[in-house]
Amino acid sequence: MLLDLEMRQVYASELLRMMEIDESIIVIDADLARANGTLGIRDRFPDRALDVGVAEANMASIAAGLASYGFKPFISTFCPFATRRICDQITISIAYAKQNVKIVGTEPGVAAEFNGGTHMSIEDVGVVRSIPGIVIFEPVDQVQLLQAMPQIAAYDGPMYIRLFRKKPTHVFDEATYRFELFKADLLQEGTDVTLFATGIHVSIALEAAELLKEKGVSAEVVNVHTIKPIDKDTVIRSVQKTGCAVTCENHNIYGGLGSAVAEVLSEHHPVPIKYVGVDDSFLIVGKIPPLLEKFHMTKNDIVDKALESIEMKRK
Amino acid sequence: MTIDTYAALEKKCREVRYLTFDAIGTLGVGHLGGSFSAVDALVVLYYRHLRFDPKQPKMEGRDRFVLSKGHAGPALYAILADHGIIDKSELSTLNRHETRLPSHADMNRTPGIDMTTGSLGQGLSCAVGIAVGSKIKKDGARVYCMIGDGESNEGQIWEAAMYAAHMHLDNLIVFTDYNKMQVDGQTKDILGLEPICDKWISFGWNAERVDGHDVKAIDEAIDRAKAIKGKPCMIILDTLKGKGISFIEEIWQNNHNVNVTPVQHEAGLAELAKEGF
Ligand SMILES: Cc1ncc(C[n+]2csc(CCOP(=O)(O)OP(=O)(O)O)c2C)c(N)n1
Ligand SMILES: [Mg+2]
Repeated sequence: MLLDLEMRQVYASELLRMMEIDESIIVIDADLARANGTLGIRDRFPDRALDVGVAEANMASIAAGLASYGFKPFISTFCPFATRRICDQITISIAYAKQNVKIVGTEPGVAAEFNGGTHMSIEDVGVVRSIPGIVIFEPVDQVQLLQAMPQIAAYDGPMYIRLFRKKPTHVFDEATYRFELFKADLLQEGTDVTLFATGIHVSIALEAAELLKEKGVSAEVVNVHTIKPIDKDTVIRSVQKTGCAVTCENHNIYGGLGSAVAEVLSEHHPVPIKYVGVDDSFLIVGKIPPLLEKFHMTKNDIVDKALESIEMKRK
Repeated sequence: MTIDTYAALEKKCREVRYLTFDAIGTLGVGHLGGSFSAVDALVVLYYRHLRFDPKQPKMEGRDRFVLSKGHAGPALYAILADHGIIDKSELSTLNRHETRLPSHADMNRTPGIDMTTGSLGQGLSCAVGIAVGSKIKKDGARVYCMIGDGESNEGQIWEAAMYAAHMHLDNLIVFTDYNKMQVDGQTKDILGLEPICDKWISFGWNAERVDGHDVKAIDEAIDRAKAIKGKPCMIILDTLKGKGISFIEEIWQNNHNVNVTPVQHEAGLAELAKEGF
Protein backbone atom coordinates (compact mmCIF):
# COMPACT_ATOMS: atom_id res chain seq x y z
CA MET A 1 0.00 0.00 0.00
CA LEU A 2 1.86 3.06 1.26
CA LEU A 3 5.11 1.24 0.65
CA ASP A 4 4.08 0.49 -2.92
CA LEU A 5 4.08 4.20 -3.66
CA GLU A 6 7.05 6.18 -4.84
CA MET A 7 8.12 9.12 -2.72
CA ARG A 8 6.89 11.59 -5.34
CA GLN A 9 3.46 9.96 -5.25
CA VAL A 10 3.31 10.27 -1.49
CA TYR A 11 4.44 13.87 -1.74
CA ALA A 12 1.96 14.82 -4.46
CA SER A 13 -1.05 12.99 -3.05
CA GLU A 14 -0.47 14.42 0.41
CA LEU A 15 -0.10 17.88 -1.04
CA LEU A 16 -3.33 17.44 -2.95
CA ARG A 17 -5.09 16.27 0.20
CA MET A 18 -3.87 19.31 2.12
CA MET A 19 -4.87 21.65 -0.71
CA GLU A 20 -8.45 20.44 -0.28
CA ILE A 21 -8.52 21.79 3.26
CA ASP A 22 -6.06 24.67 3.04
CA GLU A 23 -6.87 27.11 0.25
CA SER A 24 -3.62 28.98 0.72
CA ILE A 25 -1.43 26.11 -0.46
CA ILE A 26 -0.24 26.57 -4.01
CA VAL A 27 2.16 24.43 -6.04
CA ILE A 28 4.57 25.76 -8.63
CA ASP A 29 6.61 23.69 -11.02
CA ALA A 30 9.32 24.51 -13.52
CA ASP A 31 8.64 22.03 -16.32
CA LEU A 32 9.37 19.02 -14.15
CA ALA A 33 5.88 18.39 -12.76
CA ARG A 34 5.70 15.23 -14.84
CA ALA A 35 8.96 14.05 -13.32
CA ASN A 36 8.06 15.06 -9.79
CA GLY A 37 4.55 13.63 -9.64
CA THR A 38 2.76 16.96 -9.30
CA LEU A 39 1.35 17.16 -12.84
CA GLY A 40 -2.05 15.77 -11.84
CA ILE A 41 -2.65 18.49 -9.25
CA ARG A 42 -3.47 21.05 -11.94
CA ASP A 43 -6.49 18.98 -13.01
CA ARG A 44 -8.05 19.39 -9.57
CA PHE A 45 -6.78 22.90 -8.83
CA PRO A 46 -6.01 24.69 -12.09
CA ASP A 47 -5.73 28.05 -10.32
CA ARG A 48 -3.43 26.86 -7.56
CA ALA A 49 -1.05 24.71 -9.61
CA LEU A 50 1.24 26.83 -11.75
CA ASP A 51 3.98 25.84 -14.17
CA VAL A 52 6.35 28.67 -15.04
CA GLY A 53 8.34 26.63 -17.55
CA VAL A 54 12.07 25.95 -17.36
CA ALA A 55 12.68 29.07 -15.28
CA GLU A 56 13.70 28.21 -11.75
CA ALA A 57 14.82 31.68 -10.70
CA ASN A 58 11.51 33.09 -11.79
CA MET A 59 9.70 30.32 -9.93
CA ALA A 60 11.48 31.07 -6.66
CA SER A 61 10.77 34.79 -6.68
CA ILE A 62 7.19 34.32 -7.93
CA ALA A 63 6.73 32.00 -4.96
CA ALA A 64 8.06 34.69 -2.64
CA GLY A 65 5.58 37.15 -4.11
CA LEU A 66 2.72 34.74 -3.58
CA ALA A 67 3.88 34.06 -0.04
CA SER A 68 3.91 37.78 0.70
CA TYR A 69 0.32 37.76 -0.49
CA GLY A 70 -0.76 35.12 1.99
CA PHE A 71 -0.19 31.92 0.03
CA LYS A 72 1.91 28.92 1.02
CA PRO A 73 3.82 27.95 -2.12
CA PHE A 74 5.45 24.57 -2.60
CA ILE A 75 7.92 24.81 -5.48
CA SER A 76 9.68 21.84 -7.00
CA THR A 77 12.37 20.88 -9.48
CA PHE A 78 15.46 18.66 -9.43
CA CYS A 79 17.78 19.31 -6.44
CA PRO A 80 20.54 21.19 -8.29
CA PHE A 81 18.08 23.57 -9.93
CA ALA A 82 16.15 24.01 -6.66
CA THR A 83 19.27 25.18 -4.85
CA ARG A 84 22.56 26.12 -6.46
CA ARG A 85 20.87 27.43 -9.61
CA ILE A 86 18.68 29.87 -7.69
CA CYS A 87 20.85 30.50 -4.69
CA ASP A 88 20.39 34.27 -4.74
CA GLN A 89 16.64 34.14 -5.32
CA ILE A 90 16.35 31.76 -2.35
CA THR A 91 18.60 33.99 -0.28
CA ILE A 92 16.98 37.33 -1.01
CA SER A 93 13.37 36.82 -2.17
CA ILE A 94 12.70 33.94 0.20
CA ALA A 95 15.06 33.81 3.19
CA TYR A 96 16.07 37.43 3.70
CA ALA A 97 12.50 38.54 3.01
CA LYS A 98 11.32 35.83 5.45
CA GLN A 99 8.77 34.35 3.04
CA ASN A 100 7.05 31.08 3.72
CA VAL A 101 8.12 29.08 0.68
CA LYS A 102 8.69 25.32 0.66
CA ILE A 103 11.38 24.38 -1.81
CA VAL A 104 11.29 20.76 -2.89
CA GLY A 105 14.34 19.36 -4.66
CA THR A 106 14.16 15.86 -6.10
CA GLU A 107 16.82 13.31 -7.06
CA PRO A 108 19.53 14.21 -4.56
CA GLY A 109 23.13 13.21 -5.27
CA VAL A 110 23.53 9.83 -6.94
CA ALA A 111 19.76 9.46 -7.29
CA ALA A 112 19.94 11.51 -10.51
CA GLU A 113 21.34 8.34 -12.12
CA PHE A 114 21.09 8.65 -15.93
CA ASN A 115 20.91 12.42 -15.87
CA GLY A 116 24.55 12.34 -14.86
CA GLY A 117 27.06 14.79 -13.43
CA THR A 118 25.23 18.02 -14.21
CA HIS A 119 22.15 16.83 -12.34
CA MET A 120 23.90 15.30 -9.34
CA SER A 121 23.65 17.70 -6.47
CA ILE A 122 26.28 17.10 -3.85
CA GLU A 123 26.39 20.72 -2.74
CA ASP A 124 22.73 21.54 -2.27
CA VAL A 125 22.62 21.03 1.49
CA GLY A 126 25.83 23.03 1.87
CA VAL A 127 24.46 25.85 -0.25
CA VAL A 128 21.17 26.07 1.60
CA ARG A 129 22.65 25.40 5.03
CA SER A 130 24.76 28.53 4.78
CA ILE A 131 21.71 30.71 4.12
CA PRO A 132 20.23 31.93 7.42
CA GLY A 133 16.72 30.93 8.39
CA ILE A 134 15.97 27.95 6.15
CA VAL A 135 15.00 24.58 7.54
CA ILE A 136 16.47 21.58 5.70
CA PHE A 137 14.61 18.29 5.81
CA GLU A 138 15.48 15.04 4.03
CA PRO A 139 12.90 12.25 4.35
CA VAL A 140 13.94 8.62 4.49
CA ASP A 141 10.91 6.66 3.37
CA GLN A 142 7.19 6.90 2.60
CA VAL A 143 6.14 6.45 6.22
CA GLN A 144 8.27 9.33 7.41
CA LEU A 145 7.35 11.58 4.49
CA LEU A 146 3.63 11.00 4.93
CA GLN A 147 3.80 12.00 8.57
CA ALA A 148 6.09 14.93 7.79
CA MET A 149 3.92 16.61 5.17
CA PRO A 150 1.36 18.21 7.54
CA GLN A 151 4.16 19.41 9.80
CA ILE A 152 5.98 20.89 6.82
CA ALA A 153 2.84 22.72 5.75
CA ALA A 154 2.21 23.92 9.29
CA TYR A 155 5.70 25.31 9.72
CA ASP A 156 5.63 29.02 9.00
CA GLY A 157 8.90 29.76 7.20
CA PRO A 158 11.21 28.74 4.39
CA MET A 159 12.17 25.10 4.13
CA TYR A 160 14.20 22.98 1.71
CA ILE A 161 12.97 19.41 1.29
CA ARG A 162 15.50 17.03 -0.27
CA LEU A 163 13.34 14.36 -1.79
CA PHE A 164 14.32 10.97 -3.20
CA ARG A 165 11.76 10.53 -5.99
CA LYS A 166 11.35 6.81 -6.34
CA LYS A 167 10.88 3.89 -3.96
CA PRO A 168 13.38 3.99 -1.13
CA THR A 169 14.36 1.12 1.13
CA HIS A 170 11.74 0.87 3.82
CA VAL A 171 12.92 1.88 7.30
CA PHE A 172 10.08 3.12 9.53
CA ASP A 173 7.23 1.04 10.89
CA GLU A 174 3.91 2.61 10.01
CA ALA A 175 2.21 1.42 13.18
CA THR A 176 4.72 2.63 15.73
CA TYR A 177 6.65 5.51 14.17
CA ARG A 178 5.85 9.04 15.30
CA PHE A 179 7.58 11.73 13.28
CA GLU A 180 8.59 15.02 14.83
CA LEU A 181 10.14 17.73 12.68
CA PHE A 182 13.42 19.02 14.21
CA LYS A 183 13.77 15.88 16.34
CA ALA A 184 16.34 13.29 15.20
CA ASP A 185 15.26 9.65 15.41
CA LEU A 186 17.23 7.17 17.46
CA LEU A 187 16.79 4.05 15.33
CA GLN A 188 19.03 1.65 17.11
CA GLU A 189 20.85 1.92 20.41
CA GLY A 190 24.53 1.15 20.68
CA THR A 191 27.55 1.87 22.82
CA ASP A 192 30.70 1.92 20.66
CA VAL A 193 30.03 4.37 17.84
CA THR A 194 27.17 6.53 16.54
CA LEU A 195 26.23 6.42 12.87
CA PHE A 196 24.46 9.67 11.99
CA ALA A 197 22.63 9.19 8.71
CA THR A 198 20.20 10.95 6.43
CA GLY A 199 18.19 10.10 3.30
CA ILE A 200 19.08 6.92 1.44
CA HIS A 201 21.99 6.42 3.81
CA VAL A 202 19.76 5.58 6.74
CA SER A 203 19.03 2.08 5.48
CA ILE A 204 22.66 1.70 4.44
CA ALA A 205 23.79 2.71 7.94
CA LEU A 206 21.42 0.18 9.47
CA GLU A 207 22.98 -2.52 7.29
CA ALA A 208 26.43 -1.33 8.32
CA ALA A 209 25.36 -1.61 11.97
CA GLU A 210 24.46 -5.26 11.35
CA LEU A 211 27.90 -5.91 9.85
CA LEU A 212 29.50 -4.17 12.80
CA LYS A 213 27.52 -6.33 15.19
CA GLU A 214 29.06 -9.40 13.57
CA LYS A 215 32.42 -7.87 14.38
CA GLY A 216 31.40 -7.37 17.98
CA VAL A 217 30.87 -3.64 17.61
CA SER A 218 27.75 -2.04 19.02
CA ALA A 219 26.68 0.82 16.74
CA GLU A 220 24.00 3.37 17.52
CA VAL A 221 22.10 4.62 14.48
CA VAL A 222 20.52 8.08 14.44
CA ASN A 223 18.49 9.51 11.57
CA VAL A 224 19.08 13.24 11.32
CA HIS A 225 16.19 14.01 8.98
CA THR A 226 16.16 17.68 9.88
CA ILE A 227 19.69 18.73 8.97
CA LYS A 228 19.06 22.35 9.88
CA PRO A 229 18.43 23.29 12.58
CA ILE A 230 20.14 20.12 13.72
CA ASP A 231 18.84 18.40 16.85
CA LYS A 232 21.86 19.19 19.02
CA ASP A 233 20.57 17.41 22.12
CA THR A 234 20.14 14.07 20.41
CA VAL A 235 23.48 14.34 18.64
CA ILE A 236 25.36 15.24 21.80
CA ARG A 237 23.56 12.72 24.01
CA SER A 238 24.38 9.92 21.61
CA VAL A 239 28.12 10.54 21.49
CA GLN A 240 28.23 11.09 25.24
CA LYS A 241 27.41 7.41 25.32
CA THR A 242 29.41 6.12 22.32
CA GLY A 243 32.38 8.50 22.28
CA CYS A 244 32.82 8.65 18.51
CA ALA A 245 30.83 9.06 15.30
CA VAL A 246 30.50 8.46 11.58
CA THR A 247 28.27 10.61 9.41
CA CYS A 248 26.64 8.99 6.37
CA GLU A 249 25.14 10.99 3.52
CA ASN A 250 24.51 11.17 -0.20
CA HIS A 251 26.25 14.57 -0.45
CA ASN A 252 29.68 16.14 -0.42
CA ILE A 253 31.35 15.56 2.95
CA TYR A 254 31.90 19.31 2.95
CA GLY A 255 28.88 21.36 3.90
CA GLY A 256 26.29 18.67 4.53
CA LEU A 257 25.32 16.49 7.46
CA GLY A 258 28.96 15.71 8.26
CA SER A 259 29.76 19.37 8.69
CA ALA A 260 26.59 20.00 10.68
CA VAL A 261 27.39 17.19 13.13
CA ALA A 262 31.04 18.27 13.37
CA GLU A 263 30.03 21.84 14.17
CA VAL A 264 27.88 20.68 17.06
CA LEU A 265 30.31 18.15 18.46
CA SER A 266 33.51 20.18 18.13
CA GLU A 267 31.86 22.90 20.16
CA HIS A 268 29.97 20.88 22.74
CA HIS A 269 31.48 17.43 22.98
CA PRO A 270 34.61 16.86 20.88
CA VAL A 271 35.03 13.23 19.79
CA PRO A 272 36.53 11.50 16.73
CA ILE A 273 34.27 11.85 13.67
CA LYS A 274 34.66 10.13 10.32
CA TYR A 275 32.74 11.08 7.22
CA VAL A 276 31.06 8.88 4.62
CA GLY A 277 29.89 10.86 1.62
CA VAL A 278 31.29 12.20 -1.61
CA ASP A 279 34.90 13.20 -1.04
CA ASP A 280 34.73 16.52 -2.83
CA SER A 281 34.46 15.33 -6.42
CA PHE A 282 31.82 15.66 -9.10
CA LEU A 283 29.72 12.59 -9.76
CA ILE A 284 29.18 10.74 -13.02
CA VAL A 285 26.31 9.15 -14.89
CA GLY A 286 25.22 5.69 -13.73
CA LYS A 287 23.01 3.59 -11.51
CA ILE A 288 22.94 4.13 -7.77
CA PRO A 289 24.72 0.93 -6.58
CA PRO A 290 27.89 1.25 -8.71
CA LEU A 291 28.03 4.97 -7.93
CA LEU A 292 27.88 4.29 -4.20
CA GLU A 293 30.74 1.81 -4.70
CA LYS A 294 32.85 4.14 -6.79
CA PHE A 295 32.44 7.10 -4.47
CA HIS A 296 32.90 5.07 -1.29
CA MET A 297 29.45 5.46 0.21
CA THR A 298 28.48 1.83 0.84
CA LYS A 299 27.77 -0.07 4.06
CA ASN A 300 31.33 -1.44 3.91
CA ASP A 301 32.72 2.07 3.76
CA ILE A 302 30.66 2.94 6.82
CA VAL A 303 32.00 -0.13 8.62
CA ASP A 304 35.59 0.84 7.79
CA LYS A 305 35.08 4.39 8.98
CA ALA A 306 33.36 3.20 12.14
CA LEU A 307 36.31 0.99 13.01
CA GLU A 308 38.71 3.88 12.33
CA SER A 309 36.64 6.20 14.46
CA ILE A 310 36.63 3.72 17.36
CA GLU A 311 40.38 3.25 16.93
CA MET A 312 40.96 7.01 17.20
CA LYS A 313 38.93 7.13 20.37
CA ARG A 314 41.26 4.57 21.96
CA LYS A 315 44.41 6.59 21.21
CA MET B 1 33.76 15.11 -44.22
CA THR B 2 31.60 17.22 -46.51
CA ILE B 3 28.43 15.93 -48.12
CA ASP B 4 27.49 17.56 -51.39
CA THR B 5 23.97 16.50 -52.29
CA TYR B 6 20.80 16.94 -50.31
CA ALA B 7 19.82 13.34 -51.04
CA ALA B 8 23.06 12.19 -49.43
CA LEU B 9 22.45 14.49 -46.45
CA GLU B 10 19.02 12.97 -45.98
CA LYS B 11 20.58 9.54 -45.99
CA LYS B 12 23.08 10.68 -43.41
CA CYS B 13 20.24 11.92 -41.21
CA ARG B 14 18.72 8.43 -41.31
CA GLU B 15 22.06 6.87 -40.45
CA VAL B 16 22.58 9.25 -37.53
CA ARG B 17 19.08 8.48 -36.25
CA TYR B 18 19.86 4.80 -36.63
CA LEU B 19 23.04 5.07 -34.55
CA THR B 20 21.32 7.27 -31.97
CA PHE B 21 18.35 4.95 -31.64
CA ASP B 22 20.58 1.92 -31.43
CA ALA B 23 22.52 3.47 -28.53
CA ILE B 24 19.38 4.50 -26.63
CA GLY B 25 17.62 1.23 -27.49
CA THR B 26 20.57 -0.81 -26.27
CA LEU B 27 20.36 0.94 -22.92
CA GLY B 28 16.56 0.87 -22.94
CA VAL B 29 15.92 4.48 -22.01
CA GLY B 30 16.95 7.96 -23.09
CA HIS B 31 16.18 11.47 -24.28
CA LEU B 32 14.92 10.35 -27.64
CA GLY B 33 12.49 13.11 -28.59
CA GLY B 34 14.88 16.03 -28.32
CA SER B 35 17.74 14.07 -29.87
CA PHE B 36 15.71 13.15 -32.94
CA SER B 37 14.18 16.58 -33.52
CA ALA B 38 17.69 18.03 -33.66
CA VAL B 39 19.30 15.53 -36.04
CA ASP B 40 18.74 17.25 -39.39
CA ALA B 41 20.21 20.58 -38.30
CA LEU B 42 23.14 18.85 -36.62
CA VAL B 43 23.84 16.85 -39.77
CA VAL B 44 23.71 19.90 -42.04
CA LEU B 45 26.00 21.71 -39.61
CA TYR B 46 28.54 18.92 -39.14
CA TYR B 47 28.69 17.78 -42.77
CA ARG B 48 28.50 21.13 -44.55
CA HIS B 49 29.38 24.09 -42.41
CA LEU B 50 31.35 23.47 -39.23
CA ARG B 51 35.08 23.87 -39.90
CA PHE B 52 36.91 21.33 -37.76
CA ASP B 53 39.43 18.54 -38.12
CA PRO B 54 38.19 15.20 -36.80
CA LYS B 55 41.82 14.18 -36.31
CA GLN B 56 42.51 17.23 -34.15
CA PRO B 57 39.25 17.97 -32.36
CA LYS B 58 40.90 20.60 -30.18
CA MET B 59 42.56 22.52 -33.00
CA GLU B 60 42.88 26.27 -32.34
CA GLY B 61 40.74 28.49 -34.52
CA ARG B 62 38.20 25.79 -35.35
CA ASP B 63 34.52 26.55 -35.46
CA ARG B 64 32.74 25.63 -32.26
CA PHE B 65 29.39 24.11 -31.49
CA VAL B 66 27.63 24.39 -28.17
CA LEU B 67 24.72 22.02 -27.63
CA SER B 68 22.96 24.17 -25.08
CA LYS B 69 20.10 21.66 -24.85
CA GLY B 70 22.68 19.20 -23.60
CA HIS B 71 20.27 16.28 -23.26
CA ALA B 72 20.43 15.79 -27.04
CA GLY B 73 23.97 14.49 -26.51
CA PRO B 74 23.15 11.04 -27.98
CA ALA B 75 22.47 12.53 -31.44
CA LEU B 76 25.72 14.46 -31.34
CA TYR B 77 27.69 11.38 -30.23
CA ALA B 78 26.44 9.52 -33.30
CA ILE B 79 27.75 12.33 -35.51
CA LEU B 80 31.09 12.45 -33.70
CA ALA B 81 31.37 8.67 -34.13
CA ASP B 82 30.55 8.91 -37.82
CA HIS B 83 33.40 11.40 -38.14
CA GLY B 84 35.71 8.96 -36.39
CA ILE B 85 36.31 11.26 -33.40
CA ILE B 86 35.06 8.47 -31.19
CA ASP B 87 34.66 4.84 -32.18
CA LYS B 88 31.22 3.71 -33.34
CA SER B 89 31.42 0.74 -31.01
CA GLU B 90 31.63 3.19 -28.11
CA LEU B 91 28.08 4.41 -28.79
CA SER B 92 26.70 1.36 -27.00
CA THR B 93 28.36 2.55 -23.78
CA LEU B 94 25.89 5.46 -23.64
CA ASN B 95 25.11 6.18 -19.99
CA ARG B 96 26.80 3.00 -18.77
CA HIS B 97 29.09 3.00 -15.80
CA GLU B 98 32.34 4.92 -16.47
CA THR B 99 31.22 5.86 -20.01
CA ARG B 100 32.64 8.78 -21.96
CA LEU B 101 29.13 9.37 -23.34
CA PRO B 102 26.82 10.66 -20.60
CA SER B 103 23.23 11.87 -21.16
CA HIS B 104 24.36 15.46 -21.26
CA ALA B 105 27.24 16.80 -23.35
CA ASP B 106 30.51 16.97 -21.42
CA MET B 107 33.64 18.60 -22.86
CA ASN B 108 35.96 16.88 -20.39
CA ARG B 109 34.69 13.42 -21.14
CA THR B 110 33.91 13.27 -24.84
CA PRO B 111 36.39 14.25 -27.56
CA GLY B 112 34.77 16.66 -29.99
CA ILE B 113 32.42 18.28 -27.48
CA ASP B 114 33.19 21.98 -27.18
CA MET B 115 31.24 22.87 -24.05
CA THR B 116 29.71 21.11 -21.08
CA THR B 117 25.95 21.54 -20.81
CA GLY B 118 22.95 19.96 -19.11
CA SER B 119 21.78 22.75 -16.87
CA LEU B 120 19.50 24.46 -19.36
CA GLY B 121 19.96 28.11 -20.23
CA GLN B 122 23.71 28.29 -19.76
CA GLY B 123 25.05 27.04 -23.08
CA LEU B 124 24.00 30.08 -25.08
CA SER B 125 25.91 32.35 -22.71
CA CYS B 126 28.93 30.06 -23.09
CA ALA B 127 28.61 30.34 -26.87
CA VAL B 128 28.48 34.14 -26.52
CA GLY B 129 31.68 33.97 -24.47
CA ILE B 130 33.36 31.85 -27.13
CA ALA B 131 32.20 34.22 -29.87
CA VAL B 132 33.56 37.23 -27.97
CA GLY B 133 36.84 35.33 -27.48
CA SER B 134 37.11 34.60 -31.17
CA LYS B 135 36.52 38.26 -31.97
CA ILE B 136 39.30 39.28 -29.59
CA LYS B 137 41.67 36.70 -31.05
CA LYS B 138 40.56 37.56 -34.58
CA ASP B 139 40.86 33.90 -35.51
CA GLY B 140 37.85 33.94 -37.81
CA ALA B 141 36.04 31.12 -36.04
CA ARG B 142 32.29 30.81 -36.17
CA VAL B 143 30.32 29.74 -33.17
CA TYR B 144 27.17 27.69 -33.54
CA CYS B 145 24.77 26.85 -30.78
CA MET B 146 21.47 25.02 -30.39
CA ILE B 147 18.89 25.82 -27.73
CA GLY B 148 15.52 24.21 -26.98
CA ASP B 149 12.16 25.93 -27.06
CA GLY B 150 11.54 24.88 -23.46
CA GLU B 151 15.03 26.00 -22.63
CA SER B 152 14.08 29.42 -23.97
CA ASN B 153 11.98 29.86 -20.82
CA GLU B 154 15.19 30.52 -18.91
CA GLY B 155 15.91 34.18 -18.27
CA GLN B 156 19.58 33.58 -18.97
CA ILE B 157 18.75 32.88 -22.64
CA TRP B 158 17.47 36.42 -22.97
CA GLU B 159 20.39 37.91 -21.05
CA ALA B 160 22.67 36.19 -23.55
CA ALA B 161 20.48 37.33 -26.43
CA MET B 162 20.76 40.98 -25.43
CA TYR B 163 24.48 40.82 -24.90
CA ALA B 164 25.20 39.04 -28.19
CA ALA B 165 23.33 41.71 -30.10
CA HIS B 166 24.94 44.46 -28.06
CA MET B 167 28.34 43.03 -29.02
CA HIS B 168 27.37 42.67 -32.70
CA LEU B 169 28.40 39.03 -32.69
CA ASP B 170 27.99 38.20 -36.35
CA ASN B 171 30.16 35.14 -35.81
CA LEU B 172 27.37 33.57 -33.74
CA ILE B 173 24.67 31.44 -35.37
CA VAL B 174 22.09 29.87 -33.08
CA PHE B 175 19.34 27.34 -33.74
CA THR B 176 16.18 26.96 -31.73
CA ASP B 177 14.88 23.40 -31.94
CA TYR B 178 11.25 24.49 -32.02
CA ASN B 179 9.64 21.10 -31.46
CA LYS B 180 6.76 22.73 -29.55
CA MET B 181 7.25 20.44 -26.58
CA GLN B 182 8.90 20.58 -23.19
CA VAL B 183 8.61 18.09 -20.33
CA ASP B 184 5.28 19.11 -18.83
CA GLY B 185 3.41 19.74 -22.06
CA GLN B 186 3.24 21.78 -25.20
CA THR B 187 5.31 24.93 -25.17
CA LYS B 188 2.22 26.98 -26.06
CA ASP B 189 0.47 25.72 -22.91
CA ILE B 190 3.39 25.99 -20.49
CA LEU B 191 5.08 29.23 -21.53
CA GLY B 192 4.30 30.41 -25.02
CA LEU B 193 7.15 31.79 -27.10
CA GLU B 194 5.19 33.39 -29.93
CA PRO B 195 5.85 35.53 -31.81
CA ILE B 196 9.17 33.75 -31.58
CA CYS B 197 10.86 35.23 -34.64
CA ASP B 198 9.78 38.76 -33.76
CA LYS B 199 11.14 38.31 -30.24
CA TRP B 200 14.62 37.58 -31.50
CA ILE B 201 14.43 40.36 -34.06
CA SER B 202 13.35 42.81 -31.38
CA PHE B 203 16.36 41.70 -29.32
CA GLY B 204 18.59 42.87 -32.16
CA TRP B 205 19.14 39.57 -33.94
CA ASN B 206 18.68 38.52 -37.50
CA ALA B 207 16.08 35.77 -37.30
CA GLU B 208 14.29 33.49 -39.68
CA ARG B 209 12.17 30.39 -39.44
CA VAL B 210 12.59 27.25 -41.55
CA ASP B 211 11.44 23.64 -41.71
CA GLY B 212 13.87 21.92 -39.38
CA HIS B 213 13.58 18.62 -41.16
CA ASP B 214 14.33 20.03 -44.62
CA VAL B 215 18.09 19.79 -45.09
CA LYS B 216 18.07 22.14 -48.08
CA ALA B 217 16.15 24.80 -46.18
CA ILE B 218 18.48 24.50 -43.21
CA ASP B 219 21.56 24.62 -45.41
CA GLU B 220 20.40 27.74 -47.20
CA ALA B 221 19.44 29.41 -43.95
CA ILE B 222 22.94 28.84 -42.58
CA ASP B 223 24.41 30.27 -45.79
CA ARG B 224 22.27 33.38 -45.41
CA ALA B 225 23.21 33.67 -41.74
CA LYS B 226 26.90 33.52 -42.54
CA ALA B 227 26.48 36.50 -44.86
CA ILE B 228 24.84 38.71 -42.22
CA LYS B 229 27.12 41.42 -40.87
CA GLY B 230 26.93 43.21 -37.53
CA LYS B 231 24.46 41.00 -35.68
CA PRO B 232 24.03 37.45 -34.41
CA CYS B 233 21.67 35.12 -36.25
CA MET B 234 18.85 32.95 -34.98
CA ILE B 235 17.46 30.15 -37.12
CA ILE B 236 14.19 28.86 -35.73
CA LEU B 237 13.74 25.23 -36.76
CA ASP B 238 10.16 23.99 -36.97
CA THR B 239 10.59 20.42 -35.86
CA LEU B 240 8.72 17.42 -34.53
CA LYS B 241 9.83 15.91 -31.26
CA GLY B 242 10.95 12.34 -31.99
CA LYS B 243 11.09 12.87 -35.77
CA GLY B 244 12.21 9.83 -37.74
CA ILE B 245 10.47 6.76 -36.35
CA SER B 246 6.71 6.53 -36.78
CA PHE B 247 5.82 5.12 -33.36
CA ILE B 248 8.06 7.65 -31.60
CA GLU B 249 6.55 10.49 -33.63
CA GLU B 250 3.08 9.31 -32.67
CA ILE B 251 3.87 9.97 -29.02
CA TRP B 252 5.43 13.37 -29.76
CA GLN B 253 3.71 14.74 -26.68
CA ASN B 254 5.36 12.18 -24.45
CA ASN B 255 8.71 11.15 -25.87
CA HIS B 256 11.05 13.43 -23.96
CA ASN B 257 12.64 10.63 -21.97
CA VAL B 258 11.30 7.27 -23.11
CA ASN B 259 11.74 3.64 -22.35
CA VAL B 260 12.52 1.54 -25.40
CA THR B 261 11.67 -2.16 -25.24
CA PRO B 262 13.79 -4.71 -27.16
CA VAL B 263 10.88 -5.17 -29.58
CA GLN B 264 10.64 -1.42 -30.18
CA HIS B 265 14.40 -1.28 -30.54
CA GLU B 266 14.29 -3.79 -33.39
CA ALA B 267 11.25 -2.22 -35.01
CA GLY B 268 12.73 1.28 -34.93
CA LEU B 269 16.02 0.18 -36.43
CA ALA B 270 14.17 -1.73 -39.15
CA GLU B 271 12.09 1.31 -40.02
CA LEU B 272 15.16 3.53 -40.29
CA ALA B 273 17.06 0.94 -42.31
CA LYS B 274 14.18 0.38 -44.72
CA GLU B 275 14.78 3.58 -46.65
CA GLY B 276 18.49 2.93 -46.66
CA PHE B 277 21.63 4.90 -45.88
C1 LIG C 1 18.14 24.40 -15.50
C2 LIG C 1 17.43 23.14 -15.85
N1 LIG C 1 16.17 22.97 -15.43
C3 LIG C 1 15.52 21.82 -15.69
C4 LIG C 1 16.14 20.83 -16.40
C5 LIG C 1 15.41 19.52 -16.66
N2 LIG C 1 15.00 19.43 -18.08
C6 LIG C 1 15.75 18.73 -18.97
S1 LIG C 1 15.15 18.84 -20.54
C7 LIG C 1 13.86 19.80 -20.01
C8 LIG C 1 12.87 20.31 -21.03
C9 LIG C 1 13.54 21.03 -22.10
O1 LIG C 1 12.65 21.34 -23.12
P1 LIG C 1 13.26 21.78 -24.51
O2 LIG C 1 14.31 22.81 -24.30
O3 LIG C 1 12.13 22.16 -25.36
O4 LIG C 1 14.00 20.46 -24.99
P2 LIG C 1 13.60 19.46 -26.18
O5 LIG C 1 12.14 19.58 -26.43
O6 LIG C 1 14.39 19.90 -27.35
O7 LIG C 1 14.00 18.10 -25.70
C10 LIG C 1 13.91 20.03 -18.65
C11 LIG C 1 12.95 20.82 -17.90
C12 LIG C 1 17.46 21.05 -16.82
N3 LIG C 1 18.16 20.12 -17.50
N4 LIG C 1 18.08 22.21 -16.55
MG1 LIG D 1 11.23 21.38 -26.99
